[in-house]
Amino acid sequence: MSISRRIIAVTAFLILVFAVIPILIAVSGRKDFYYTLSSVALLSMASAGVWLTFHIGRINIGQGAYALMGGYVSAILVMSYGVSFWWTLPLAGLFCALASILIGLPILRLRGVYFAMVTLVLTEVARLLALALPVTQGAKGITSIPLPGAVEVFGLTLVPDFTMMENPRIAFYYLSVALMTACFALMHRLVNSRIGHICMSLQQNEELASSIGINIAQIRVIAYAISSFLGGLAGAVFVAATQSVYPSSFTVADSINFMLNCFLGGLGYVFGPMLGTLVLYFGWNLLFETGRFQLLIYSALMIALMLVLPNGLLSLGTLRKER
Amino acid sequence: MEQVVANGLYLGAQYALVALGLTLIFGLMNVLNFAHGQMYVLGGFITYAVYGQLGLPFVVAVIASGITLAIIGGFMERFLFRTVIRRSHREESTMLLAAATAFFFDAVILLIFGEKQRGVPKIVKGVFNDFGIILPYDRILVGLLAGAIILGFILFMKYTKPGRAMRALAQDRMAAQLMGVEVNRYTMIGFALGAMLAGFVGGLLATITGINSGIGGPISIKAFMMIMIGGAGVVSGAIAGGFILGMMESVGLTVLRQYGDVTYLVIFAALMVFLSIRPNGLMGKPWG
Repeated sequence: MSISRRIIAVTAFLILVFAVIPILIAVSGRKDFYYTLSSVALLSMASAGVWLTFHIGRINIGQGAYALMGGYVSAILVMSYGVSFWWTLPLAGLFCALASILIGLPILRLRGVYFAMVTLVLTEVARLLALALPVTQGAKGITSIPLPGAVEVFGLTLVPDFTMMENPRIAFYYLSVALMTACFALMHRLVNSRIGHICMSLQQNEELASSIGINIAQIRVIAYAISSFLGGLAGAVFVAATQSVYPSSFTVADSINFMLNCFLGGLGYVFGPMLGTLVLYFGWNLLFETGRFQLLIYSALMIALMLVLPNGLLSLGTLRKER
Repeated sequence: MEQVVANGLYLGAQYALVALGLTLIFGLMNVLNFAHGQMYVLGGFITYAVYGQLGLPFVVAVIASGITLAIIGGFMERFLFRTVIRRSHREESTMLLAAATAFFFDAVILLIFGEKQRGVPKIVKGVFNDFGIILPYDRILVGLLAGAIILGFILFMKYTKPGRAMRALAQDRMAAQLMGVEVNRYTMIGFALGAMLAGFVGGLLATITGINSGIGGPISIKAFMMIMIGGAGVVSGAIAGGFILGMMESVGLTVLRQYGDVTYLVIFAALMVFLSIRPNGLMGKPWG
């Protein structure tokens, strides 16, 4: 894609999410879409993290653990220590990144299904820890977390106080979409950078990459830490938006969904997780009308999609080119 | 203490049977079958229907569970997994398919059998009470049956032609194909066999713990843990993993009871430490 076309595409995307969608929602009166769309934005951020681990050739089913961890870090800092929500956001992300470095150093040596299964177990560990630790208050969870306050720099209000708004959902929509845009812009930059190409080489053959002087252990941990940072960040915003966090806020099913989002969008495409999350989340909600056949139709469609497009939705574009 | 060991052995025999099916499918096709727990639940419900509702003999019910699951497994391999493996660029794509089939089975089971916990009449009455061990007779019988099925499976893999072909496939797919093994046919048989084992153990356990549509996912996670302990794709590893997990659960529930519900937390933590020392489990191939 040429540079001018890329600028047009980015501008179109920004206008769409920041202006067109809010106007459409205002016109149609479907205020609930603010919440749905901010969920999609946050979940797609977490999925982007999973996608990055796919990029280094690891199947990550443990993103739910970091989303839960980020949520709890933010909730505990706000409730027990009175830290402003805006500070807890980077802190939650950094806490998850640090934890993932400690966990990742040993487990990133595993490959293939072993890594997949260990990360799956990690999600369970996170849930059980949240149940057992005193600071997380067990199964009761942490509830009635206050909404984020205002951000002021030299007396200039950058972000208004969320509690003063008539509908804080709108504020959360803008926050999540802004974070998602930044996240995918960074991901796109990262994947097309030197590090991104090194990650790709890890995905193809670690021994070969190591033999030409790449410090594979370091690259693996960096990629995993970035992935967990995104998971923690998404978890923290999610918890703030729902104003509560329980051990069951993010479970194995969520971890699997993060992975499925990546598969559905396409593992070879940076924007795959975004499209995958949107389609899976809306697909599931649209099928709500079908009542008790919801899961049946949903899974049958997923199997059918897999048979027709095993390389993800975005591979449709390349199919057309090949013809 | 004897009681703890007896419980562990009984649990281990069940678990080993679950893990065997999963590891067989994994070894042959490199597919992590997320739907394994759901296959187990389906087997349990078929036994519930045949033995509990129709009143046919228990043995007939368990065999019916096994055969139904084998047919389902064969079809899954032929029409779903084979197609996706052929068309996809990356091997991992089968995981989405496996997860989708797991959801699909969940939905089907829920629609047909409902969400209630179902139990069946006891197969034998009475309790064994000697040597400091208290164990109901039906548990002993089910444990022995599970052991017999495991033994039969090992003998099948070792001494029959399909068994030899499948072992060759698991070792080296390309070499097996060059030696004239019909890869497609034996992969399908292997998948059916793995599914059949899940059906058997579901049928057996339905008589003791009952069956419930929601337990498929947790069973899958336990099975994943067992094959991680033993090493994925290795028959002996799956059996060892099953018995080790059964034993750990049994000991953990007794020793750690005073600290609350932390057995699984401890097992998970131990597993992660163990895997960082021995990434391929006890006897797994390198690379997984």
